[in-house]
Amino acid sequence: MDLSAINPALLLASLLVAATPILIAGIGELVVERAGVLNLGVEGMMITGAICGFMATIITGSPALGFLFAALGGAALSLLFALLTQVALANQVASGLALTLFGLGLSALLGQGYVGLKPPSTPKLDIPLLSDIPFFGTVLFNHDIIVYLGIALVAAVWAVLKFTRVGLVLRAVGENHDAAHALGYKVVRIRVLAIMFGGACAGLGGAYISLIRVPQWTEGMTAGAGWIALALVVFASWKPWRVLLGAWLFGGITVLQLNLQAAGVSIPVEILSMSPYIITIVVLVIMSADKSRAPASLGRIFHASS
Amino acid sequence: MGHPGKERRVTGTLLTIDGLTKAYPGVVANDTVSFEIKAGEVHALLGENGAGKSTLVKMIYGLVKPDSGTMLMNGEVFAPAEPRAARASGVAMVFQHFSLFDALDVAENIALGMENPPPMRDLAARIRTVSEEYGLPLDPFRTVGDLSAGERQRVEIIRCLLQDPKLLIMDEPTSVLTPQEVDILFETLRKLTAEGVAILYISHKLEEIRMLCDAATILRLGKNVGTCVPAETSARDMAELMVGTELQTPKSTGATLGDVVLDISGLSMPSPSAFGTALKNVHLRLRAGEVLGIGGVAGNGQDEMLLALSGEVRVDADAIKLKGAPVGKLAPNARRALGLLTAPEERLGHAAAPDMSLTENALLTGNVRKGLSQRGFLKWAKTQAFAEEIIEKFDVRTPGPDNAARSLSGGNLQKFVIGREVLQEPEVLVVNQPTWGVDASAAAAIRQAILDLAAGGTAVIVISQDLDELMEVADNFAALNEGRLTETRPTKGLTIDEIGLMMGGAHGMEVAHADA
Repeated sequence: MDLSAINPALLLASLLVAATPILIAGIGELVVERAGVLNLGVEGMMITGAICGFMATIITGSPALGFLFAALGGAALSLLFALLTQVALANQVASGLALTLFGLGLSALLGQGYVGLKPPSTPKLDIPLLSDIPFFGTVLFNHDIIVYLGIALVAAVWAVLKFTRVGLVLRAVGENHDAAHALGYKVVRIRVLAIMFGGACAGLGGAYISLIRVPQWTEGMTAGAGWIALALVVFASWKPWRVLLGAWLFGGITVLQLNLQAAGVSIPVEILSMSPYIITIVVLVIMSADKSRAPASLGRIFHASS
Repeated sequence: MGHPGKERRVTGTLLTIDGLTKAYPGVVANDTVSFEIKAGEVHALLGENGAGKSTLVKMIYGLVKPDSGTMLMNGEVFAPAEPRAARASGVAMVFQHFSLFDALDVAENIALGMENPPPMRDLAARIRTVSEEYGLPLDPFRTVGDLSAGERQRVEIIRCLLQDPKLLIMDEPTSVLTPQEVDILFETLRKLTAEGVAILYISHKLEEIRMLCDAATILRLGKNVGTCVPAETSARDMAELMVGTELQTPKSTGATLGDVVLDISGLSMPSPSAFGTALKNVHLRLRAGEVLGIGGVAGNGQDEMLLALSGEVRVDADAIKLKGAPVGKLAPNARRALGLLTAPEERLGHAAAPDMSLTENALLTGNVRKGLSQRGFLKWAKTQAFAEEIIEKFDVRTPGPDNAARSLSGGNLQKFVIGREVLQEPEVLVVNQPTWGVDASAAAAIRQAILDLAAGGTAVIVISQDLDELMEVADNFAALNEGRLTETRPTKGLTIDEIGLMMGGAHGMEVAHADA
């Protein structure tokens, strides 16, 4: 066993990378759920985003266009969910599960010709001076732009929900859609937009896995990240900064346990592998013991009876 | 209470409604309704459930588009496409239900109802000023879910007042208030009309309308069937205009009271839900043949009281005794077997399963006492006969027992729910809001059934927010206030002031400064 092989700076840096996919997908789902919609299709939208982004990057050679198409792909798939649940008034749980199964199948089909290819690498945002600072430079200022985008998204979602009228209306719709309708707000329109935002975020998160973290295409490569993102939203009590905390915790323990495995620590591999899940959930359960609760209209079907 | 505002009558017509018609599949909700609302008057809109009152106000508020007919506001065509447009023209509405957000605070709730709300800090300051000016003090930063029913209504009213309305629509505003709170509300409304605001006031409390309103329009089956000056018309005449026939007043036969059958002592129960009320040390004794009315403003423990009595929430075994036997720890079916039956307030989803047929719903509570199953197998023939018996004896209007509970109108389903329990010959029957949202003739039938049941020796608890109803059926009266039950007092001789005090008085509200 050689713990000195673990470099704390690199560990913390890879923590940010490991956390980014579930962070972006989670913050998108948070917005969806605050609008009162439970979309269980995050996994399906992530994997669709992963293949859309991968294909676009291979074809155009530009990772930036790849991420754009990943977001569009995720949003397009989520629009299907929006049609089912907001227009056809289908059950949200069943529709979300179906969306996951559909996304997994669709991505496998689309990705048949792309197995084994290597995408052009996404450039790191090498900030001069800052990235040269010892330790902090490696940890904080030596990443690709998507890592920062994820953190910026959390801040933006928090600020919009707390300080703007758009955020207030979104929360109102999630809290009591009948009242929001009676006051003249367009419940269905607001929810469809929120669902598409969630889809775009999930697509981005998925593409981050296929373009940067791995980076190549394999079937089912999101491997449950969408479900982790969903759990994260619930255990974070629908609060943006807690989603960030949970994602970092999960990402941190994931890379830590990989490092520990590599260092040959005498803990069974199985226990190490499950530790990120267990520790993240335990911590968030303890934190969600406060008074906060789910949006009151979460998962309920809205039908405007006139 | 005087009539301080009578001399301020402004005579200009504010809103003219001409020939408004709105049809839904199978029913004409409004059929060429025409009337006028003058600036500075309180105009009552009367009618039974289903008479078309809510459709009419929804058209004025821009939530529903009329099929034909026109509205004129101050002489100009008024056709709001959405509530936003109506609000911009000076129409504001206080809803009966569904318009507040429990998890948001007062200021956020108010901001949601405004077109261009000022920044939160300015808004909070304005809420404080306006609410104190009209005698309805409010803390802008409290979470609405923690407020009492009266305070929640204040939030809605302040939300309207901040927009300087010309027409204020109020839908059943007093159904959640104590008599003292009603007085305060009326003072506020008179102050508003003195400033020239017109109020369209929907209520079924006719005495209140006689006290408050300058004019009344009566709707029946979607048609305007007459107007009257409430102060000069008796409540009975107005009721008969609404119903279209003569009203039957339920009669009690005045049976003598027997032994104590239900003995509740020291019943305490934590609130089962986040915004519920805990029951605190409730005592009461109920004798055979007695009808006990439990009043109180909504949300003071009525639902919790029913849960504790039905067995949906277990309490200390000795807290509830039925004929001396402790039943506090028993589940609902065990209590039914002993003769303690209940009919909860929420018809769809609590008292009846909406998508199941009437036969299936009859089985759900009737199984134990009526022997509708044997060794786990259901006796459908016997169950259907039981359902048909309820339908026949209680005049439930439905094509047959195979129809889903959801397909019945509120009044008919309520007759079915009450009838289902009455026909099981309970020792003790507890009903919550037995005539809530039920039209006048069905309500009379249900009250008569309760009185007949008591005359046969059953002890009945009627939990209701309708004081007139309790005065009519109850021998004794008690009130729930923040989860505590007052002492039981004979209904005869109780004044409305005494009842108001039992219900908790005015909850710290102050009267509007009418001369301010």
